[in-house]
Amino acid sequence: MQSPIVRLVRGVTAAASSRFSVLVEVRLREGIADPQGATIERALPALGLSGVTDLRAGKSFRFDIAATDEASALAQATEVADRLLANPVIEESSVSVRPTATVGSDGAGADPDPGRDEGPGA
Amino acid sequence: MAPRLGVVVFPGTNCEHDAVLALERAGARAELVWHGDRAVRGFDGLIVPGGFAHGDYLRPGAIARFSPVMTAVSEFAASGGPVVGICNGFQVLTEAGLLPGALQKNRGLRFLCTTVATRVESSDSVLTRGVAAGTVLQLPINHFEGNYTCDAETLAMLRSEDRVVLRYTDNPNGSVDDIAGVCNESRTVVGLMPHPERATDPLIGSVDGLVLLGALLRSVAPGARPPAAATVA
Repeated sequence: MQSPIVRLVRGVTAAASSRFSVLVEVRLREGIADPQGATIERALPALGLSGVTDLRAGKSFRFDIAATDEASALAQATEVADRLLANPVIEESSVSVRPTATVGSDGAGADPDPGRDEGPGA
Repeated sequence: MAPRLGVVVFPGTNCEHDAVLALERAGARAELVWHGDRAVRGFDGLIVPGGFAHGDYLRPGAIARFSPVMTAVSEFAASGGPVVGICNGFQVLTEAGLLPGALQKNRGLRFLCTTVATRVESSDSVLTRGVAAGTVLQLPINHFEGNYTCDAETLAMLRSEDRVVLRYTDNPNGSVDDIAGVCNESRTVVGLMPHPERATDPLIGSVDGLVLLGALLRSVAPGARPPAAATVA
């Protein structure tokens, strides 16, 4: 049996351990030349795919993050994006966050394999 | 006493021995400094050499910025210590915020490995002191991401403060304003894409790199006797 204090502490921990799935997209700022995007765009007509313009290449990052709520998860993920994933001199990023699974209460432990709506990452 | 230079080595750095050899040839004592070191004491200047620090993962220099030694490098630079970043080292210094701008993929998306003509634009930096503006140097380049870029405001500042140290005479990679090297506000931190350390022996095509390394040695130790090759400028 657990004391009420242990239960309380676990409850707080559980609340802090909600998990969120994060998608960060990083792309070059407008006005910054994108030689990679330009090369891809020029290659498309060779495949018979015409009409594609303004192609910009970028990167995307997926990760999970623990936070008390969605707003806090977004703030943390935005910091990850701003401080490491994107170089603000030439790049900008967009961050989206959605809940994945919640850590079980009372020591039940986390779901080792939280389901995902989207396909597996590369 | 010959000046003592530290050459910073990250996992993936591959020009550190060239740098040590070239610095010794120019008259310095040079020692390797591991990226995990937290102190860089006793050096008259630091070189961040070329290579692929931390595999260039994420972006060149993006992870290297967090190596323990970089805190010490930043403090050394902040106290006026001369720091020169060559190629990947230049990328590391921009990511670390010690130099403005960023280096992105070359225009044309080609890895460039060739010797190019570069022109010294400012004699007012630790790497070019005593070298006349307009001096043209044949220096090797060896990079995929050497396309220097910055916003219009930063470019205007670099120009008005005479902080473009080196320009390509025939822009090979799309760098804004033909920029091959820049310095910081105090002119003690310099980054450049060309490799002066690989142009220190007639056997490999050019000794023009000694002009810059000689200037660096004179800058870090004003009393030191300049090596003969460095007076060619």
